[in-house]
Amino acid sequence: MIPNEAKKRLIQIVGAENYDDTKAGRLVYSYDATPQFQSLPDAVVAPRNTQEVAEIAKICNEYRIPIVPRGSGTNLCAGTCPVEGGIALLFKHMNRILEIDEENLTATVQPGVITLDLMKAVEEKGLFYPPDPGSMKISTIGGNISENSGGLRGLKYGVTRDYVLGLEVVLANGDIIRTGGKLAKDVAGYDLTRLFVGSEGTLGIVTEATLKLIPMPETKQTMLALYQDLEAAARSVSKIIANQIIPATLEFLDQPTLEVVEDYARIGLPTDVKAVLLIEQDGPNEVVERDMKKMADICRSEQAVSVELARSEEEAEALRTARRAALSALARLKPTTILEDATVPRSEIAKMVKAINEIAAKYQLKICTFGHAGDGNLHPTCPTDARNREEMERVEKAFEEIFAKAIELGGTITGEHGVGAMKAPYLEWKLGPAGIAAMKAIKQALDPNNIMNPGKVFAKSTRKRVVVTR
Amino acid sequence: MTSKTDQALIQKAFQERMDEDELMNCMRCGFCLPSCPTYIESGQQEAQSPRGRIALMKAVVDGLIEPDEEVERSLRLCLGCRACEPVCPSGVRYGHLLEEARDIIAQHQRMPLHIRLVRKVVFAGLFPHQERMRKAASFLGWYQRSGLRTLVRKTGLLRLLPASFRQMERVLPDVPTAKELKNRPHRLNPDGSAKKRVAFFAGCLMDTMFMTTNDATMRLLQLAGCEVIIPPAQGCCGALHGHGGEKELAKELAKRNIAAFEQLDVEYIVTNAGGCGAFLLEYGHLLKDDPAWRDRAAAFAARIKDISEVLVELGFHHLPLRVAPQTVTYQDSCHLRNVMKTAAAPRRLLQAIDGVEFREMKDADRCCGSAGIYNLVEPEMSMKILDYKMEMAKQTKATTIVTANPGCLLQMKLGIERAGLTESVRAVHLVDLLLEAAEGAQAAKEEERIRQTS
Ligand SMILES: Cc1cc2nc3c(=O)[nH]c(=O)nc-3n(C[C@H](O)[C@H](O)[C@H](O)COP(=O)(O)OP(=O)(O)OC[C@H]3O[C@@H](n4cnc5c(N)ncnc54)[C@H](O)[C@@H]3O)c2cc1C
Ligand code: SF4
Ligand code: SF4
Repeated sequence: MIPNEAKKRLIQIVGAENYDDTKAGRLVYSYDATPQFQSLPDAVVAPRNTQEVAEIAKICNEYRIPIVPRGSGTNLCAGTCPVEGGIALLFKHMNRILEIDEENLTATVQPGVITLDLMKAVEEKGLFYPPDPGSMKISTIGGNISENSGGLRGLKYGVTRDYVLGLEVVLANGDIIRTGGKLAKDVAGYDLTRLFVGSEGTLGIVTEATLKLIPMPETKQTMLALYQDLEAAARSVSKIIANQIIPATLEFLDQPTLEVVEDYARIGLPTDVKAVLLIEQDGPNEVVERDMKKMADICRSEQAVSVELARSEEEAEALRTARRAALSALARLKPTTILEDATVPRSEIAKMVKAINEIAAKYQLKICTFGHAGDGNLHPTCPTDARNREEMERVEKAFEEIFAKAIELGGTITGEHGVGAMKAPYLEWKLGPAGIAAMKAIKQALDPNNIMNPGKVFAKSTRKRVVVTR
Repeated sequence: MTSKTDQALIQKAFQERMDEDELMNCMRCGFCLPSCPTYIESGQQEAQSPRGRIALMKAVVDGLIEPDEEVERSLRLCLGCRACEPVCPSGVRYGHLLEEARDIIAQHQRMPLHIRLVRKVVFAGLFPHQERMRKAASFLGWYQRSGLRTLVRKTGLLRLLPASFRQMERVLPDVPTAKELKNRPHRLNPDGSAKKRVAFFAGCLMDTMFMTTNDATMRLLQLAGCEVIIPPAQGCCGALHGHGGEKELAKELAKRNIAAFEQLDVEYIVTNAGGCGAFLLEYGHLLKDDPAWRDRAAAFAARIKDISEVLVELGFHHLPLRVAPQTVTYQDSCHLRNVMKTAAAPRRLLQAIDGVEFREMKDADRCCGSAGIYNLVEPEMSMKILDYKMEMAKQTKATTIVTANPGCLLQMKLGIERAGLTESVRAVHLVDLLLEAAEGAQAAKEEERIRQTS
């Protein structure tokens, strides 16, 4: 509950039209894309600028009201689910591209800018912003930064972290700080920029970001390799990299995923093969030609039944769009879709894929797998029905085993979706008690009253998937 | 306002009738948000997005919230344009959810007397009865022709009406006389030898207020080589009822139409109004719980085809077509595009016309804000959406805006008025332009012949 006094002051700052505590108004911010997590915020607040954000933080800090920053709510770790209530903080008014600096190759943006809008704006100037999460059509830069999102191009170009040069952040006490800047080199003190990237809204509120741009690659080619054997596809991935080729994109889809993706996109994807690799290279003409040929040869040597180049940019874009829709399309199979995000070193992909299949069989579940094969980031996805309690238990156990296996193979529990409320119980597996303690010390220093997105990253209990409502 | 007891009844009906699997199918990925006009025009309010609306419907089913005024508002403000459906990777059939929810609310809501009266007149008294539609149309025609219109406009009597109705009055087409409306044909022979036998779904509004467009449609079918059957027993498609929360009436109308067409030995049932066509296409869903009608409905729906698809199939675009030089842009009818999946055929036909410079407008597939009677009941949102549309249309510098649905056509006319473009821009139905082009080519040929012989 927001005390009346606090409510009055919040309304004074943002105006009545930007403060909503009606039941329906709150309900629509009670969820994100994470299945089965839901809890109501006490109010929804939409500030118009950094100053307002700072004042909001002060008030919330004073009254110990949780703040849940929210972009488009597309994260898959219950990161924007207000598990302890408080206010959902929206950035819909803070969605301007402030500057594209062609001399320094930077873009300065507000957090509410939609990723795709930024990409289009810089492309118009012949520049390139590589991080492209599957959700880029709707995800925000603020959300990307806070989740350190990666995408189809992560293998060659890295993830959001690699493109954030500087930030403006409002801390829990309302202080406004600036980290980094337009500089390529800056070693003055701790790297706070990196600290905030991927901090999932638990350390502060990003109100502005300066991002690195690079020149647009000269050319780009896309191809599709089809396999009748899942592990052969996985082996091709390792072999491509072992041959010292770093493609721009190296995506993996198994057969059930292909089927639903084709059902959605209708672009003529084959649905009778066991696996598909979507491969892309960009760069100078000769390099692209050479790499594509080499990769095609490798795929063939690993028993690819067909290797085919996209005939046009439209066809290539259709393929990419289809791949990006894979997760949501899997929701066609069953009412509930539980998606995970296990990542292993890419040399271990074949082993991981095999393990996932064995675990699925052991628990009698259907688990579809697709993902960013190039960087070892796999998304085993289980179509199920939340109303079936017994099956949900099995799902829970299967995924626990999958995570354990990922860590055993030198991997991690999440490669890009973040910890949020969902993976919090597993974080210690990855970090150990000392790692957790270090992180907690940082949190304590920056947000002593624990108002920034509480209940995320650090587990209070071993609670797992539950529907919480307030 | 809906009272607490009514809310409880609505909630119960939600729990009994809403398709829970469909609600759960939404995985809340948000892919649909950028395509939703009300989400955009409301300044990104989640409650005005498909994801938000689905969440609200589900929350009512789950008992998390009551169907209060805010929930109703969210559902009311939806255009029903279904732009959220083709972009949804999970394949959520949002339109069906909305229809059901609206029906439940409408059936349980205590509406003010005057609204109930209007609804009764429109839904039960007027639309299902073609003779009455004709009478109403001829009354309108009389109003337009008798000088009363001039008088009314001059005396400022119109100001008594809400702004949205006033605007509408200005753009209504000149309707035919009672005599013209009376003798509608039941069968037409093809020009030349018959390539296909088709039936024509004449519609209620289309066959009264837009009669000339219907005549043009039948003429085009003849030109393309169709024998055309127009069964007299057909009637209103029921779309307005289905979308307006009068599902039972819609079902009755559906049965009447199915019966009227099912004995005919025709390949297609041709429509020329996206809104009607899409609703006809979904008769199978409408009657899915009625074992006696389910299969008959599906068989009926399987034969529905938009005129533009039929024309392209018959190679109409290879015939000589010519108009005076003009720049043309096309406004998609939402239901034609999102439900009937017809988007390429109309463009192909337009591009085949000599004299047409076709320019695609940005966001041509975004709803124009007409949406049945939405522009009358939600004028504010509707006009915001329309003004954006006109801006996009303006940018193409088009002098002709083509649509394929009567509602969109009126809305475009309204938009042209609002944008002060009446002098330079016209809005026409695709078939009207096509007939103009076919006749234009004919006339040009004729002229050429005369020139050569003299
Ligand atoms: C279909 C689908 C595909 C996806 N594909 C990918 C993918 O390929 N790669 C990938 O990495 N992720 C992917 N995601 C996950 C998700 O889209 C990303 O994490 C995305 O970056 C979230 O952006 P958002 O704007 O929706 O943020 P939200 O979900 O709203 O928020 C995410 C987190 O950021 C915090 N936050 C948001 N804005 C701010 C701010 N201004 N300041 C501080 N904290 C803030 C929130 O509190 C929350 O913890 C996918 C999701 C879906 C549904
Ligand atoms: S695109 Fe489909 S699944 Fe995704 S939020 Fe919209 S309706 Fe739900
Ligand atoms: S039908 Fe149209 S207005 Fe309604 S939610 Fe879908 S896209 Fe938005």
